[in-house]
Amino acid sequence: MADGNGKPKAQMLDELEKGPWPSFVKEIKKAAETSPVCHDLMGQLEVSYEEKRSHWKHGGIVGVLGYGGGVIGRYSDLPDQFPNVAHFHTLRVNHPSGWFYTSDALRTLCDIWERHGSGLTNMHGSTGDIVFLGTKTDELEPTFKELTEAGFDLGGSGSVMRTPSCCVGQARCEWACYDTMAACDDITRTYQDELHRPAFPYKFKFKFSGCPNDCVAAIARADLSIIGTWRDDIQQDDAAVAEYAASGLNIQKDVCNRCPTHCMEWDGKKLTIENKECVRCMHCINVMPKALRPGKEKGAAILIGAKAPILQGALLSSVLIPFVPAEELLDTLKELVSRIWDFWGEYGKNRERIGELIQRVGMANFLDGIGLDPVPEMVGSPRDNPYIYFQGKDGDQGT
Amino acid sequence: MATAPVKRITDIGPPHYEKFLHPMIKKNYGNWKYHETLAPGVLCHVAESGDRIYTVRAGSPRLLSVATIRLFADLADKYSGGYLRFTSRNNVEFLLEDKGNIEPLKRELAAAGFPVGGTNNAISNIVHTQGWVHCHSSATDASGIVKCVMDALYDRFTHEDLPAKLRIALACCLNMCGAVHCSDIAILGIHRRPPKILHETLRKVCEIPTVIASCPTGAIRSATVNGNPSVEVVEEQCMYCGNCYTVCPAMPLNDPENDGLSIWVGGKVSNARSAPTFSKLAIPFIPNNPPRWPEVVNAVVNIVDVYARNARRFERVGEWIDRIGWPRFFELTGIEFTRYHIDDFKYAGLTFARSAHLRY
Repeated sequence: MADGNGKPKAQMLDELEKGPWPSFVKEIKKAAETSPVCHDLMGQLEVSYEEKRSHWKHGGIVGVLGYGGGVIGRYSDLPDQFPNVAHFHTLRVNHPSGWFYTSDALRTLCDIWERHGSGLTNMHGSTGDIVFLGTKTDELEPTFKELTEAGFDLGGSGSVMRTPSCCVGQARCEWACYDTMAACDDITRTYQDELHRPAFPYKFKFKFSGCPNDCVAAIARADLSIIGTWRDDIQQDDAAVAEYAASGLNIQKDVCNRCPTHCMEWDGKKLTIENKECVRCMHCINVMPKALRPGKEKGAAILIGAKAPILQGALLSSVLIPFVPAEELLDTLKELVSRIWDFWGEYGKNRERIGELIQRVGMANFLDGIGLDPVPEMVGSPRDNPYIYFQGKDGDQGT
Repeated sequence: MATAPVKRITDIGPPHYEKFLHPMIKKNYGNWKYHETLAPGVLCHVAESGDRIYTVRAGSPRLLSVATIRLFADLADKYSGGYLRFTSRNNVEFLLEDKGNIEPLKRELAAAGFPVGGTNNAISNIVHTQGWVHCHSSATDASGIVKCVMDALYDRFTHEDLPAKLRIALACCLNMCGAVHCSDIAILGIHRRPPKILHETLRKVCEIPTVIASCPTGAIRSATVNGNPSVEVVEEQCMYCGNCYTVCPAMPLNDPENDGLSIWVGGKVSNARSAPTFSKLAIPFIPNNPPRWPEVVNAVVNIVDVYARNARRFERVGEWIDRIGWPRFFELTGIEFTRYHIDDFKYAGLTFARSAHLRY
């Protein structure tokens, strides 16, 4: 694959340097200036492009001492052709809440990774970690040592609590109904053992969104989705509403008619909201951020069970606790999590996410198991089939 | 005398975020009042105190060299006091105290090839997976397709001229590390043939009961092959999820001629207006065609363009389709409706048209 200069020929990949969007091929070539392994990465990737298939082998078990996760083993199936990527393991480095950095912190990470790996990263991986892409087995421990000395630690992989993530929250968003970054950081720190040492049936993800706009996709991607909301009335500034109207916003059409519960009326001068019927969808607030804001009684809804399709099909999270006041959130969450993990550990099968376990045993049995009473907010509607498993207990015959 | 071993640091967790917060953010934490958009990719957040912080958002390829991260660090030093962050969609954001720094920063980012945009009714960056760059189970590449699609949608990133926000995601196999299943447009790598069993390898590295139990459709059963215990796959029961390959390396699904892409539409995560919902199948299969995947690019651009022309203000893709109906979606986009669009997996009936609400 190499020409006379030892540089890889990459005719297909060169096509991906063209066009206006920033090019990952340029990034690999930049890294190759100081890291020869990137030449072999380009070479192997070019072969994949020619043959339309991956040339990575199934992962092996590699890691750092005392941890059962945080490193993804990766080996080339063309090691003779591309010896520099024969081992090409990934480290997941736990990102700071909200993905905030100083320039110095980023340079520290770059220096460590240039010394010990390919110099290629993902900022960030899908779960939120800083991803260090590609190094050899004997570099893992030295990388880890330098990372921890610099104040960083590894993230999760395998059957562990995966690295929790959160939206920007109260750091730079007026809609955050609780401190997402503090909650994410606290849960991450509290459950370090669960993050680093696999003891679960499968992965478990937390995602913290400050409002129902859900910028970290908690409802689609997290086993436990903590979504900020409020319990009292939307804060309303009538003068600012009038300004939006004066500046050309069609409040009837673009705000009232788009409200999912039709809980607002506009008489041409004043907006009236029937807050009892508001489902806190955020549309009106998104359209008029200067005029409308979430209420003052803030907190979060806790939902459970989301996952991508593998294994039994994709699930969205569903409501477990409709509202927890912000100041009680962490205590409630920790109590809840210990009960959920106990139940899952007891009854979950290998590679069964919590959402799939709930599907298998039934939500009602799950609620019994974790000691939570059923409330109507948990369902879109009551069941529509008559196949009810009545409990044979005394005094509980469904009457 | 032996020296005490150096203490190994573990379980410290990530650095505390407070160390990395801009002083103005620290000062106004939890006390932001409202925000406005000054231009695509440029936001101004106003605090109760009257303080204003300006955000400049630029797209990145997610796969970044340390050289580029250092460039971002240098730009942060020059324009934003050394403070920056990344978004959940792999954009980089610079946090500026001085409004006068916005234009010079934008100019430097443009010169370095990083477009500013991705806010509000623009198409933000495509969240995606590793693909052939680093994954063993991928049915396609990820970074390459994302590059080609974003090249074609570049102006949609730098302008906010769509009816609503539009989120695109790519996952290179059904494992969906990128969790694309709730996106306005999802590009999903798929396998289309059952695993090829490597019996010799299986014997050495896999536990047969685990392999059998891994199959969600019960398509794997034990078998004796050449006198040795192994497994066989009931091929008509296999829907190519790859879960057996995840637990057993001797069950690879890679097949260059049959692997490829599928396109899904109408999902969303946000609760705004309509409830969060899954993406639905639009195009069941497009072959891999590296390096530029023109068929995939054209399919995505076509859907975006038809949506942009036909949706009303504030309608996400799924909300637009809800209003006009799926027959009209297929008619307007020119996408063929096939037998594969009709669900035949578990709970299939839930997606059937169970009413006489028909449009003619």
